[in-house]
Amino acid sequence: MGARVIELENVSYTYGGGELLSDVSVQLQPGSFHFLTGPSGAGKTTLLKLCYGALLPTSGRLSVFDQDISSLDRDQLAVLRRRVGVVHQDCQFLDHMTLAENVALPLMVSGRSESSEQDNLTELLSWVGLGARLEAHPPELSGGERQRAALARAVILSPDVVLADEPTGNVDWEMSQRLLRLLIELNRMGKTVLIATHDMSLIRAAKSQVQARVLRISQRKLHLAGADL
Amino acid sequence: MTRAEVSTLLRGDTRANRVVPPTGYTAHLTLFVAGAMAFLVVFALALALASGRIADRWASELAGAATLRINAPAEQLAAQTEAALTVLGQTPGVASARALSAEEQVALLSPWFGPDLPLDTLPIPQLIEITEGEPGMDVMGLRLRLGAEVPGAVLDDHTRWREPLVEAAMSLRRLGWISILLIGGATAAMITLAANASLAANAQIIEVLRLVGARDGFIAGAFVRRFTYRAFFGALVGTLLGMTGVLLLPEASDAGGFLTGVGFQGADWLLPIVIPILGAAVAFFATWAAARRKLKELS
Ligand SMILES: Nc1ncnc2c1ncn2[C@@H]1O[C@H](COP(=O)(O)OP(=O)(O)O)[C@@H](O)[C@H]1O
Ligand SMILES: [Mg+2]
Repeated sequence: MGARVIELENVSYTYGGGELLSDVSVQLQPGSFHFLTGPSGAGKTTLLKLCYGALLPTSGRLSVFDQDISSLDRDQLAVLRRRVGVVHQDCQFLDHMTLAENVALPLMVSGRSESSEQDNLTELLSWVGLGARLEAHPPELSGGERQRAALARAVILSPDVVLADEPTGNVDWEMSQRLLRLLIELNRMGKTVLIATHDMSLIRAAKSQVQARVLRISQRKLHLAGADL
Repeated sequence: MTRAEVSTLLRGDTRANRVVPPTGYTAHLTLFVAGAMAFLVVFALALALASGRIADRWASELAGAATLRINAPAEQLAAQTEAALTVLGQTPGVASARALSAEEQVALLSPWFGPDLPLDTLPIPQLIEITEGEPGMDVMGLRLRLGAEVPGAVLDDHTRWREPLVEAAMSLRRLGWISILLIGGATAAMITLAANASLAANAQIIEVLRLVGARDGFIAGAFVRRFTYRAFFGALVGTLLGMTGVLLLPEASDAGGFLTGVGFQGADWLLPIVIPILGAAVAFFATWAAARRKLKELS
């Protein structure tokens, strides 16, 4: 792995409604823990999407594992995404498949046999506390269960980096602390973690447990947040 | 697309098919279209084969046979027949020429006039049966020579009146094949529409698959397999129904002429087996192209 997991150099993103991100530069070192914050609509989700290639920068250079994301074709991007675990803002499951199948989906799409990974899957699901919900379908799950399932799916391929968009968006305080602990545990295992959240209390709760850098989007720019937290 | 790619697309992981929900109206549409089209192809094929058979048979019967009729007063009939046979004997391309005996002529006429035909009292023309060789005779030249040497001779080379029938049979065969091509094209178009609708309806699923690192080939494969198997199954049912229909058509008989000859004969029955395979192939390529396009569009 290169020196940087994700690197943005003067990245701007403009859409029909105007410029959302302007001249953003930041580096995520391997094993680092970052929060991305800012008011709703500031562009946190957009920045995350840029990081896993769901959107492309309007200008500037964005590299993931030292690969310029704009230069990749769709298949190369797919392969890159297997190294980037994403917890999407709305989780996004295949509702007609069971929870276990959904969590195993990355194995299936990358051609890894699910039977040989069965232990891995079982272990992962009990780690997030869903060992008893394997056969449930996503619409039957609670908010917290969905978030944990999405996290399990994001890490089943042992990615080097985990991007989580509002992972505590729909859950109570207890559950948000539980999710935070899971993410911190992943970071202790060496994974780079980036959490987008507008929830300041979550960031404050994390400060005692992990050394985290806080990035704030405001006025289309990215700032390193200071001691005001 | 290479053969390896085709086989990967078709084989895939059977569980991978499940990433696309099995329901939706596109499934029924594909089944129905494939079935109905296969049913039609069976009949178009039967028509094409039957008309082809008839065209071939008529054409081969025509080539090689002709009749010479000699209309002359009774006292000249024998002499003119003799002269005609001489002319025919000298004509290149005539393999054999034979005057029909009185009994044979009665046998030809009796279906029309009854067996008690008083042949001696009626001025019946003498018939000479001509068999052509390879290459055939020069009909125009023969007519001219007969006109000069055997005034009562009329050459009937059969082709004159049967030619349009052979022509018609050949056109029917052509129409049959064109119909099959058109049905194939229409099937491709409808399956493309169904595949597009299914891809659009499942855009959310495609997004999830992309999120977890699925390549275009994996996503396209899931759709391609669904549609290919559906089309195969629909076409199989349609083909079987069509073949049953053809089987129930009346047997070929002389009285029925062409109409009762529509159907399959012998090895022809194996041909419809190809229809479900072709249906599946059409669905395969239509869905593959639609998926490629849609996945590019959705990126
Ligand atoms: N491609 C786009 N088309 C239309 N609106 C967009 C597009 N990208 C971003 N936006 C808008 O930009 C704003 C920022 O969105 P988002 O990144 O989701 O912010 P956050 O996650 O910080 O709440 C939203 O108002 C969103 O509607
Ligand atoms: Mg957001």
